[in-house]
Amino acid sequence: MNIFDPLVLARLQFAFTVSFHIIFPAFSIGLASYLAVLNGLYLLTKKPVFMDLFNYWKKIFAVAFGMGVVSGIVMSYQFGTNWSVFSDKVGPVLGPLMGYEVLSAFFLEAGFLGVMLFGRERVGPKLHFFATLMVAFGTFFSAFWILSVNSWMQTPAGYAINANGQFIATDWWAVVFNPSFPYRLVHMVLAAYLTTAFVVGAVGALHLLRDRSNQAARIMFSMAMWMAAIVAPIQIVAGDFHGLNTLEHQPAKVMAMEGHYDSHPDGAPLILFGIPNPAEKRIDYAIQIPKLSSLILKHDLNAPLAGLDTIPFDRQPPVAIVFWSFRIMIAIGFAMLGLGIWSLWLRFSGRLYDTPLMHRAAILLGPSGFVAVLAGWITTEVGRQPYTVYGLLTTAESVSPIAAAAVGASLVAFLVVYFALFGAGTFYILRLMNKAPQPHEPGLDPDEPIRAGGIMPAPAMDAAGARQAAE
Amino acid sequence: MTLDLPFIWAGLIAFAVLAYVILDGFDLGVGILFPFVKGERNRDEMMNSVAPVWDGNETWLVLGGGGLFAVFPLAYAIIMPALYAPIIIMLLGLIFRGVAFEFRWKTRRGQFLWDWAFAGGSIIAAFAQGVALGALVQGIPVANRAYAGGWWDWLTPFSVLTGIALVIGYTLLGSTWLIWRTENHVQRRAYDIAAWAAPATLILIGIVSAWTPFLNVIYQQRWFGWPQILLVIPVPLLVMLTSYIIIKGLIERREASPFLASLFLFVLCFVGLGISFYPHIVPNSVTIWDAAAPDNSLLFLLVGASVLLPIIIAYTVYSYWVFRGKVGAKSAYH
Repeated sequence: MNIFDPLVLARLQFAFTVSFHIIFPAFSIGLASYLAVLNGLYLLTKKPVFMDLFNYWKKIFAVAFGMGVVSGIVMSYQFGTNWSVFSDKVGPVLGPLMGYEVLSAFFLEAGFLGVMLFGRERVGPKLHFFATLMVAFGTFFSAFWILSVNSWMQTPAGYAINANGQFIATDWWAVVFNPSFPYRLVHMVLAAYLTTAFVVGAVGALHLLRDRSNQAARIMFSMAMWMAAIVAPIQIVAGDFHGLNTLEHQPAKVMAMEGHYDSHPDGAPLILFGIPNPAEKRIDYAIQIPKLSSLILKHDLNAPLAGLDTIPFDRQPPVAIVFWSFRIMIAIGFAMLGLGIWSLWLRFSGRLYDTPLMHRAAILLGPSGFVAVLAGWITTEVGRQPYTVYGLLTTAESVSPIAAAAVGASLVAFLVVYFALFGAGTFYILRLMNKAPQPHEPGLDPDEPIRAGGIMPAPAMDAAGARQAAE
Repeated sequence: MTLDLPFIWAGLIAFAVLAYVILDGFDLGVGILFPFVKGERNRDEMMNSVAPVWDGNETWLVLGGGGLFAVFPLAYAIIMPALYAPIIIMLLGLIFRGVAFEFRWKTRRGQFLWDWAFAGGSIIAAFAQGVALGALVQGIPVANRAYAGGWWDWLTPFSVLTGIALVIGYTLLGSTWLIWRTENHVQRRAYDIAAWAAPATLILIGIVSAWTPFLNVIYQQRWFGWPQILLVIPVPLLVMLTSYIIIKGLIERREASPFLASLFLFVLCFVGLGISFYPHIVPNSVTIWDAAAPDNSLLFLLVGASVLLPIIIAYTVYSYWVFRGKVGAKSAYH
């Protein structure tokens, strides 16, 4: 791989900008739902601690959402600047789906975010709860369209190709609900929930270590551990279904994930660990369980499984990256499950809030969801190579005709700017998390202006209210 | 009767871009003015005047870019590589100023850093937008459905001029916005700045307008050919009338009319661009019908857009309406 190849640089740039971007939505999708749950629990129980928690996480949500907005603007131009041929060819099919994403995100930003962040006193608790629900729904809707776009690139359906070589839609329903979309949507939304749950759990654990009587910390830790215990196993099952779907539509990706260079006519082993050796086309030092891979993928110990030797070399994904990223994701998934089971055991023996070792483990796993999300996306995106539209359009054909120097210079600029600015943003988020949640937790500082949330009706109403009061 | 969907969408995209230019124009202008107004309290007041709306304003840029990809993918695929450097520089500038809104209030020690990020990012983004516009106007070579020029083609004396013109133009929008929305020290500074930004903008518009017809014979025909000169002549006449209103408003210390007239000046310039371009979307080579996706793609998105866009616009107008009035340094919403 030549680092001065414009194709490699363009891929690195897209990988970098989209990886940075996905961190914020993955967190805000989950956090939006968590805020809706907290708001609902407060309305139901009238316990002030739920409103304290709502105000605590709302401040963190505002910063994360703002960073998602600015890194998202970049994404809507990456396709054109670096992948112009791809844009021309897939625009008629994927453009409208992206258009719906932009419209729904716009609608959300313009509409309900401001009410959620600032408007509780103005619009009353019921409408405020409704706004919070709409924000949660809006982030989900954004994810819906973006995942539909990505899934279509993995498993294209409902299309034809016109005289200009462009993909055109013949059946919108088939385009949107393409074969891998339902699996990817479920897997990603669950991943966002788990990611948020582990961040919430880690923050709860941190404040329990400092003061195990902190009521708000106890509640957030307990809620997060319920999520770990319930959602982690569901996610593992959902991931398994997603894998079976991938085997059906993109077998080469599964071969790379499994490290199966060779075909196994009578039962393939499950390789737990090993070091891929691309030159010799084998896994060195493999620790493997015979026939288990066939059992998992085909539900039959002796089912034959084809290997990468059945795929022409120039149509194979890079094995090492996919092999490792897949194992990192799986390892984190099972670590999450382990923490969930541990929490159940402690909960039923009454020691959930009194086991510092467990709290330390929860802090350690706090950022694990982000790592798992990135590892999962690397698995599915690198595993799709050498195609952008699977089986139909190669990555090499998709790239803009741009000189390496231009792509390289912009990549360096993105690297420097993202690490500096989003590093600062992450620092501010961590500082907010480092403060313990208090009874009567304040909302956003009323002396600060409103920043991240689009067009705010709340200040507008405040201004109008103040004017009426003055008259 | 069949709908001319590419024409409808060209109108919608043009509207999104215009909405972006005039809306983000004044809040970028406020950023450009940051170094010219001293005192953190005054800067708080300036930032508060645009804080509730800047993100909504910038979303029109995403709508313009995303919309272009969705409905005119060929134009998107040609224009983006041609304007590669200015687009990337603009995005980086927008990131700097965007996070400054959030981070400036999270630190006291580092506040000056975010002041600079806000001002620098605004100036860079405005200049890059102007350069991109100039590069588009001067023409983009196209071959085989792709950009066929070099990587520095965007950098010419003309595009540098349009870059400077847009920075000055946004300065006019920003200063007249502040005249309208602030009081006391900030407002007085804004009058001082508008007093030179207004004539400078008008002179630059004059130079760019005089230069443009010499870039391309088609532009000349659009503006000076007979009989369409009768159709386009109201544009320069209206520019003169608007200029008069701006200058008169500034001299008479009016508060709203300089800003509203400046906005209208931008609308007129945009209409002028439209006259030069139409029916091309990439000047002189690709028409809106060449670049358009098939009708079923345009229709699919139009269904959603025709429901959501009116709601968004109504909501935006409503927000600006109830949020009218003066902004204090700390009175953004209490």
